[in-house]
Amino acid sequence: MTVASPDVAARLARLRVEHAGAIRQARLFVWTFARSASAMVGLVLVLAFLVLAAGGPSIVPYPDDATGAMNLAARLQPPSGAHWFGTDEMGNDILTRVVVGTRTSLWVGLIITGVAALIGVPLGVAAGYLGGAVRQVIMRVTDVFLSVPGLVLAIAIVAALGSGVLNGVIALSLVWWPGYVRLIEAKTLTIKHEPFVEAARAVGASRRRILFIHLLPNCFSPLIVKMSMDMGLAILAAASLGFIGLGAKPPAPEWGAMISVARTYMPTWWWYAFFPGLFIYLTVLGFNLFGDGLRDVLDPRASRS
Amino acid sequence: MARFLLSRLGLTILMLAGLVLITFVISNVAPADPAALAAGPDATRDMVETVRKEYGLDRPLPEQFVRYVGGLLAGNFGRSVATGHMVAEDLARFFPATFELVSVSMTLAILLGVPLGMLAAVRRNHWLDHATRVIAVSGVALPAFWFGLLLQLLFAVQLGLVPTSGRLEVGTPPPPVLTNMYLVDALVAGQLDTFWDAFGHAVLPAIVLAFPCLASIIRVNRAEMIEVLGSDYVLAARAHGVARARVVGVLALRNAMLPTVALIGLRYGWMLGGTVLVETVFDWPGIGLYAVSSAIAADFKPIMGVTLLVGLNFMFANLLVDLAYAGLDPRLRTAP
Repeated sequence: MTVASPDVAARLARLRVEHAGAIRQARLFVWTFARSASAMVGLVLVLAFLVLAAGGPSIVPYPDDATGAMNLAARLQPPSGAHWFGTDEMGNDILTRVVVGTRTSLWVGLIITGVAALIGVPLGVAAGYLGGAVRQVIMRVTDVFLSVPGLVLAIAIVAALGSGVLNGVIALSLVWWPGYVRLIEAKTLTIKHEPFVEAARAVGASRRRILFIHLLPNCFSPLIVKMSMDMGLAILAAASLGFIGLGAKPPAPEWGAMISVARTYMPTWWWYAFFPGLFIYLTVLGFNLFGDGLRDVLDPRASRS
Repeated sequence: MARFLLSRLGLTILMLAGLVLITFVISNVAPADPAALAAGPDATRDMVETVRKEYGLDRPLPEQFVRYVGGLLAGNFGRSVATGHMVAEDLARFFPATFELVSVSMTLAILLGVPLGMLAAVRRNHWLDHATRVIAVSGVALPAFWFGLLLQLLFAVQLGLVPTSGRLEVGTPPPPVLTNMYLVDALVAGQLDTFWDAFGHAVLPAIVLAFPCLASIIRVNRAEMIEVLGSDYVLAARAHGVARARVVGVLALRNAMLPTVALIGLRYGWMLGGTVLVETVFDWPGIGLYAVSSAIAADFKPIMGVTLLVGLNFMFANLLVDLAYAGLDPRLRTAP
């Protein structure tokens, strides 16, 4: 026991009283989230994904295999005690490559959703709040982008930029933002006419104040929900580009690129394609369930019946 | 109604113009020099310049844009630099294959999705409801290309029930060309063997393509159905002694179908894009595979052609949805 401990305890007690409301709300959030089995499955999958990405090369059994070593004596071996997921055509351990691949997927997902939100949110707020001609122009441009499936437009952009994982990410970021414009515009439109915003305007709050104090914080919940669901979908889209040969290039340990090579070794060496695909599936599923659970907590009005 | 139609049509044309602009911008910010690409790797500087003049690539951008739009209006999507084929002819050849696949797929998704969504709504928290929820959640998360490989492994290789890839067995002559959709052409020509051959080839890719769509049809139909079943008129019908099957299957379904119809329209357009992956896995010679092989060769004109065609179809599908809505919801017919 140090001398400071009674002081710390007293301060904690005071904080507990001062922030009783916030603590109660946090408890409610945790309770609502934990009550849903699917949300907890999502949380576990997302946490597992993040742990694997954080560990990366330092937790895998054969770190050298991640960057494409050669061990032809051990090529295309089925799953075993030494190689849980088997080995690929270069004799590399597939478990190693799949786990190291979580890192690529993590940053790919973060950048795509981040850039999409950075472009989409300001446009959505502008469209919803300013209205009029500004809204017409922004929403019509958004509609145009939404008229072509994202992957097709991304393929067109990658073809122009040249293939590669970075260009794939750029292309997907450029086609991903319209969803955010739609979401934030709709949200802003509904909040704009809420009594508390009318009241703020009536007492003379500036536009900037209404925007930053009243509108944006209220857009936060649906934004977080959409971003967590989009993380999975963005990872899936990037892997899709890798699969068709326009994204990451082998021997980079990227899931889609691995499957595109593995495809030529089907059906005899099925494990080569099976495990990277399983990881994509579980990751996308995890972010989806997690986002769905978050929606029940943060945005109960929008959640499904 | 006429005014509603006209304004929708005007908007569609405006959006199409926007899409044309986007494709033009994309193909002109490319770091790759299209003239050098067209002339080939061994071309001398003079040859590249000749090609540049020939394709009009030395003209200022606005002029190129006007020529591009003029060409599109005349149905000219340009020429592929890799194969020398006219893109419009290629599209006409590949699109029916994609359309056939999407149609089979959509039929499958609707035939399964609507009853499943309905059943899940009527039997809430029954095992069937949980099962459809699993389908609905995994449908979005399943990587189409991986799912396709797994189905090939199980149903084509292990069980030998259906062929692995392609549109027809090697050695089977395609049916006489009419629509280039083999299923239709074979039926018209009365070649039943060819029909079943083509159908067998379409089953696996159609399932993969239908899965995400099936998932959202189930979700939306279930949610709508639950809401409609709780409404006053349904209660009134039940109180009047209308049979439960008629209430659920006719009275409630008709109203619950509205959002599903909208979804089907949107999904139809989306599926044309989703085929990119499915066609790659199953070697299905449609516009998706065409776009991918052109993208790998950095051949722009075909990709832009596919992008425009997909966008055009999506807008057309949306227009049809609006019309269907007006047909199903009488309130819209009189709306300004």
